Amino acid sequence: MISQDEQLKQLAVYRYGFRDEDAKYDFVVPKGLSREVVEAISHYKGEPDWMRKERLQALEIFLRKPLPRWGADLSDINFDEITYYASPTRRKVQSWDDVPEYIKRTYDKLGIPEAERRFLAGLGAQYDSEVVYHKIREDLAKQGVIFVDTDTAVREYPDIVREYFGTVIPAADNKFAALNTAVWSGGSFVYVPPGVRVEMPLQAYFRINAENVGQFERTLIIAEEGSFVHYIEGCTAPIYATDSLHSAVVELIAKKGATIRYTTIQNWSHNVYNLVTKRGVAYEDASIIWVDGNLGSKITMKYPCVYMLGRGARGEVLSVAFASAGQHQDAGAKMIHAAPDTTSIVTSKSISMAGGRASYRGMVKVYPNCKRVKVNVRCDALLLDEESRTDTYPVMEIEEEQVEVAHEATVSKIGEEQLFYLTSRGLSEEEAIKLIVNGFFRDFAKELPMEYAVELNRLIELQLEGSVG
Amino acid sequence: MAQTDALEIRGLRVAVDGKEILKGVDLVVPKGEIHALMGPNGSGKSTLAQTLMGHPRYEVLEGQVLWKGENILELSPDERAKKGLFLAFQYPVEIPGVALGNFLHIAYQARTGQEVPVGRFHRQLVQKLKLLDMDPSFANRNLNEGFSGGEKKRCEILQMAVLEPEMVVMDETDSGLDIDAVRIVANAVNRIFAESQGKMGVLIITHYQRILRYIQPLHRVNVMMDGRVVLSDGPELAERLEEMGYDFLEKRLHEQAGFVKEPSGSD
Repeated sequence: MISQDEQLKQLAVYRYGFRDEDAKYDFVVPKGLSREVVEAISHYKGEPDWMRKERLQALEIFLRKPLPRWGADLSDINFDEITYYASPTRRKVQSWDDVPEYIKRTYDKLGIPEAERRFLAGLGAQYDSEVVYHKIREDLAKQGVIFVDTDTAVREYPDIVREYFGTVIPAADNKFAALNTAVWSGGSFVYVPPGVRVEMPLQAYFRINAENVGQFERTLIIAEEGSFVHYIEGCTAPIYATDSLHSAVVELIAKKGATIRYTTIQNWSHNVYNLVTKRGVAYEDASIIWVDGNLGSKITMKYPCVYMLGRGARGEVLSVAFASAGQHQDAGAKMIHAAPDTTSIVTSKSISMAGGRASYRGMVKVYPNCKRVKVNVRCDALLLDEESRTDTYPVMEIEEEQVEVAHEATVSKIGEEQLFYLTSRGLSEEEAIKLIVNGFFRDFAKELPMEYAVELNRLIELQLEGSVG
Repeated sequence: MAQTDALEIRGLRVAVDGKEILKGVDLVVPKGEIHALMGPNGSGKSTLAQTLMGHPRYEVLEGQVLWKGENILELSPDERAKKGLFLAFQYPVEIPGVALGNFLHIAYQARTGQEVPVGRFHRQLVQKLKLLDMDPSFANRNLNEGFSGGEKKRCEILQMAVLEPEMVVMDETDSGLDIDAVRIVANAVNRIFAESQGKMGVLIITHYQRILRYIQPLHRVNVMMDGRVVLSDGPELAERLEEMGYDFLEKRLHEQAGFVKEPSGSD
């Protein structure tokens, strides 16, 4: 529990901490997890039988599997206190004007519709359990690009969904993948036909509003041969005295020669457990690039993964983590080389301050006979003070000799000499730290669309404000 | 009487890690003049430079540094910078990922308290780069990252040109440079000094006379030994010192009993 004073302090720093007092919900299941709750969700959504069965099987797996103990401390999560489904509205709309007023207000504050007008090819907005808005540019829809929420996809494109759903991340993969499969709601479904290039990004925006409501979106992206798509997601939540849970599953399928770029700027408030499974499979000459920014949350456990299944496939993870007071960012990457001539690049940067903890947890596996594989892993950690912590847990299982593997890890502290140098030019200590931190993240920021890079800088500066005594 | 248009160091005693390095420094550098501070290694020259700028590791035991009618020893480094003080570092620090041009824009606004649009600032910056015969692409490089020794020193001089200080301390800017680079740096200092039209004072800290040969005009040469300024004279002192060497000078000073002041720190 956090005191009211601390809450207020956090609110001052966390710009997205406002809550919507007059939010209305059409349907809310009782808190806690049971067969009845899962049945109720499936029934309310009017799902086909196969999906209902998939959910119930996953529930069994969830209940059977123990909490993972190898990473961050999850022992404080009280699964009985969480509400697993709360639907603000059943009607999805395609015009921003038709979005209910209280939801519109929230997204206006977040600058979402404006972003769509300016530089997006499509936008989805999820408010607690349901997607309230979804739209794609008409020219893309005409080319056969599908961008809908996953519930709609189950109804309107059942064959495609059924073919791929749970094939990259089966429910039995881990406890939280099982949980998501049991109670999932919302998320994005993207299908890009062969040869189609979606040059502007598609974006989804995830917002938890109600207290103690978990968010369990399910995203599935299929890029057919030779296609290209860039998907961006952003996440925020209000600050409550009790913790929330966000547990998503994201599955990507990149067919021969396709490229999927998946960008996340995660800025949950500091009371959200963010336990996400993200994995893609890349076939021959396909590329999957995870660009992953973790600024918010109480605990994040997230290790974006690429299975390289075809010759010449490429996997990349470029991530930054920012761990401040009370936060543990346990992030990393998994690169599985199951074909020759495949390449993976992992670049991880983390900053720990005010007692925060950042961990890099990485796994690289090269199967036998996967010749000429190239692996490059680089982790840089920056510590802003003595109370903060950083760790690196890299695992490499290389079962082939003809490979090139490079691994480099650095830990640095903001030095007295750097601060003296910059302050001697007229910068205050706080300005100097901001400059050093932004410089540290610059390579990452360069990978983001301009608008997001600016936002990232701003978020980092917000986190650093008042951090200097 | 404090001179309002000069940096005035009075009886300054400074310790580093508990060891006294400066044992009562008295020195005055007026605006509109270039002074040199020479001395052997370990005499306290760099300690003086770092103390003047406010490095937290240097502990002031006694004394004052007066600038614009105020004892600046109480001020933080950024407050000193805002009052027009500038230190050209002997060992400039690398700041990865921070573009020089961007940094200078932020520093210029912080130093002067004025907001300047990026476009206008960049045009000014390009002019300064030209003044110093530097390539405009220099501004896009990361601050001191991967710079050669000579580039780091020229980058310090560029910052000095851009930030328009009123009192500059150059801490062994000539060390580690070949003779061509020394001449380039000296010419740049001459140009910046001339452009300032008497609004800037300079204290050049150096071990060797060679940079001073190119400095125009050089008003005064001071010699530091064992934490005190022991000699002060016209520019010709630099040449005399080069001829006789610091050892010879030290011996002579010891022979002249009473020449070396007791570390009283007061006037």
